[in-house]
Amino acid sequence: MRAALVAAIGAEHVHSSSIDTALYARDASVIDEGFTSVVCFPGTTAEVQACVRAAVALGVPFVARGSGTGLAGGAVPCGGAVVITTTRMDTIHEVDMASGVAWVGPGVLNLDVSRHLAPFGVHFAPDPSSQQSCSIGGNVANNSGGPHCLAYGVTSAHIVALEVVLPDGEVTMLGGLDPEPAGFDLRGAFVGSEGTMGIATKIAVRLTANPPTIRTMLIDFESVADAGATVSGIIAAGVVPAAIEMMDALVTRAVEDFVHAGYPTDAAAILLVEVDGLPGGVEQEIQTVTAVAHANRARTVRIAADEIERAALWKGRKSAFGAIARIKPNYYLHDTVIPRTRLVEVLEQVYAIATKYDILVMNVFHAGDGNLHPLLVYDARVPGTTERVYAAGKEIVEASLAVGGVLSGEHGIGLEKRAFMHLQFSDDDLEHQAKLRRAFDQMGLANPGKVLPSGSSCGDVFSMSPEQQQAMRDGGAWL
Amino acid sequence: MTIEKSLQDFIDEVGTTDPVCVVGGRTQWSVGGRAAPSTREVRAPAGIVDYHPAEMTVRLGAGTTMAELEAALAAKGQTTVLEGAPDATVGGVLAVGRSGLRRLRVGPVRDALLQVRYVSADGRLITAGGPTVKNVSGYDLCKLMVGSLGTLGCFAEVILRTRPRPVAEQWWAVTGDPFAVTAPLYRPSTVLWDGETTWVHLEGHVADVTAQGEIIARAGGSSCSGPPELPPVRSSIAPSSLATAVRSGDAGHCVVEIGVGVVHGQRALPRPAPSAAVVELHRRIRHEFDPAQRLNPGRDALRALEGPSGPSERDR
Repeated sequence: MRAALVAAIGAEHVHSSSIDTALYARDASVIDEGFTSVVCFPGTTAEVQACVRAAVALGVPFVARGSGTGLAGGAVPCGGAVVITTTRMDTIHEVDMASGVAWVGPGVLNLDVSRHLAPFGVHFAPDPSSQQSCSIGGNVANNSGGPHCLAYGVTSAHIVALEVVLPDGEVTMLGGLDPEPAGFDLRGAFVGSEGTMGIATKIAVRLTANPPTIRTMLIDFESVADAGATVSGIIAAGVVPAAIEMMDALVTRAVEDFVHAGYPTDAAAILLVEVDGLPGGVEQEIQTVTAVAHANRARTVRIAADEIERAALWKGRKSAFGAIARIKPNYYLHDTVIPRTRLVEVLEQVYAIATKYDILVMNVFHAGDGNLHPLLVYDARVPGTTERVYAAGKEIVEASLAVGGVLSGEHGIGLEKRAFMHLQFSDDDLEHQAKLRRAFDQMGLANPGKVLPSGSSCGDVFSMSPEQQQAMRDGGAWL
Repeated sequence: MTIEKSLQDFIDEVGTTDPVCVVGGRTQWSVGGRAAPSTREVRAPAGIVDYHPAEMTVRLGAGTTMAELEAALAAKGQTTVLEGAPDATVGGVLAVGRSGLRRLRVGPVRDALLQVRYVSADGRLITAGGPTVKNVSGYDLCKLMVGSLGTLGCFAEVILRTRPRPVAEQWWAVTGDPFAVTAPLYRPSTVLWDGETTWVHLEGHVADVTAQGEIIARAGGSSCSGPPELPPVRSSIAPSSLATAVRSGDAGHCVVEIGVGVVHGQRALPRPAPSAAVVELHRRIRHEFDPAQRLNPGRDALRALEGPSGPSERDR
C-alpha cells in the first residue's frame, strides 16, 4: 500500500513511522481503537484521486482527515484504513463576491476563512468552538455547528458546491453556484456524511454579510432553571438571537479563573445572548430579551459596552474547554439535542445522572437550539472511573431521546454513537440511510465502520448476535 | 412506534405494487416531466398534527395546503420559508423543491425540512431526520427528498422549521442598476431586475424597513404594491452571470432574482449537462430506493427545471 501511495504522490508526502501512525490513529475523541499503517498528505485534487485509486486498487479502506478535532471518532481509521490528510490543501482559491461564495481547499482552517474575508465585509457563519484549528473539509464532513448556527444555520446551509473525489476515484462537482442545480441535492447528502461518500477537494462556501449592529448580553441567574426558562421564553417571544449560550456555575468559575472574562463567579448559570442586524430590530430584541430575563428572575443583564468587552465575553465561552482541562486530566464531551422547551427538566436529569455515577458534570452549550453539551470531567487513572463515565453518558443520551431529542447536534455519529442509532431510528430507517451510502460507495471502502451500526471493523458490531450487541451496549462498550 | 390511522391508511393506499404518485394541488404538476399514464394517484394525509410555536416547529400531513399551514402559523405570528399557491400542498412544494422569492434573506426550502416520514417503494413507513431544530444524527435524507419529485418515497408527514413573521414589509421599485441600488442595504428579502427596473422587498422591524426604504427613495425609488408579474419559464444560473444573461436577451424578456440566480424568462437558458458521475449517482440512488421504478415513473429530478416558473405560478 505504501509503495502504491509513494508512486502516486511521492515519498515525502507518505508517512509510515510509528509516531505518525500512532498520531493519526486518533482524533479528539476518547476513542483509542483505531489503527493505520500509512498516512498520506496529497496536495491537489489529482493527488487525492491518485491516493483513493491506489487504495481502491488494493481493496484497502481509506479515511479522510482534516485537523483531527472531531469528537465522535469520525476520522479514526478502522480496518487499517489509509489516512488521507487534507492539511496541505489549505489554499483560499477565490472570493467571488458576485456569486456570494469563496472557493477554498478542504484543509483551510475555519477561522482563516473569515479572517481572509474580513476586508470584504462578509464571513463564513459556522463557528465551532474549535474554529481556530478545525478545517473546512472537516466542517463539511461533520455538518459542523457553533454558537451562531442558531440564527444562521449549520454548515449545510453554507455550502453551495463541492468538488469531490468519489469513493470509486471519480471526480465530480456536487451542487453548483446556480441556485437550483439539476437533480437530487447530492451536495446536501454529502455534507455531514462523515467521509463515507468521498473526499471534498474544493469547497464553495457561502458568504454571509457582516451585520451592521451586534450587541452581546451577559445575563446571570441564581438558578439553572431560571436560565433555562429564559431561553425558552426568548424563543417563545418570537426572537431568534444570533446566539444563546449557557454556562453553569462550575464552567463559569473555571473560565473566569482561566481567562478573566468578567463573568460573575457566584452565579448558578449565565447566558450569553447575542443579537445582530439592523439597529431597530436589535434594539427591540434587546428590550424583549431583557424583559424575558427579568421575568425569570435574572440578577443582572449586562450589555457589552464596546468591542473589547464583547470580545472578552466570547473569549470566555470559547476558552471553556481549555479552562476545564485544568480541573481534571480527562473529559468526555457529549452532544445531544432536545426540544428547547424541555431544557430545564433534562438539565436536572443530567445533574442527577452525574450524581448517581459520582462524576463531575459541567454544562456549557448552545441553549438556543437545545443543543446540550454535558461535559463529564474525570481522572481515567482512577480505576473504574472510565466505566462510570460511559454509563453516565449512555443515560444522558437516553434521557435526551426520551423527550423527543436526537443523538447529535453537531459532532456527528462516527464510531461514538453508531450503536445508539437504533435508539433513534428503526431498522427500516437505517436501511434507507444505508441505501444512500451504498449509492455513493459500492465497495464500502470510504471510511468503513462509521455512522451506521453495521461496521465491519473497529468493534465489528454487525457480526455479533443481537444478544451480544445488547450486552455490548449495556456494558457501555460502544466506544 | 404506533402509527396513526391516517398514516396507516396512506401506507395501505400506496401499497407495494404498481406505479404510484402522490398528487397535491397540481400547481407545479409538469415539473420534471409528466407522470406515466398508468400511474395511480394517491393523496397524502392532510392537517396539522402538532404545532409548538415556542419550539418553532410544526408537524403536519404532507397533503396539508399552504393556505391551511399559513393560517395556523400566522395566528401565532410565525411563517415558514415555503412559498406556493394557496391550494398547493406542503408535500408538493417540498417534492418540487423550488424556493420562493424571499430566498435571498430566508434561505432555500431545503433548509426548512427537519423530518419527513415517507412511504417507501416497498410500502414501509420510513422516518428521516428528526424533530429538533438541529440534528446531525446519520445521513441527511431530508436534503435528498426535497426536490426529488416523489421518485424516492411518498411523503406522508413532515416537520418544518418555522420562523417569526416579519412585523413590517414593503416593496420598492427603482430605475437603475440593481447592484448599486442594493449595495447599501442589509439583507433585503428579494431583489428583482428586468434590465431596467429594480424591485426590492424589505422585511423586518418597522424602523429598519423604513430606514432601508429611505435609502432606496433617495436613489429615486418609490414604494409599490408587490413584485412584477414573472415571465413563465424558469432557469437557474450563477448569480454572477445574471447581468450578462439579461443583456444577452437569451431568455427573452426576463425578471431575474439578483443574488440568487433564478431567471424568470420567456425561454429556458441553456444549462450544462450534469456530469457522468452525477448521472450515475442518480441512477444508483433511484435503483436503491425504487428498484421496480414504481414511484412517480415519468418524472425525473434531473429534468426539474422544465415546467412553469413557479413556485407561485399556476401550472395550466
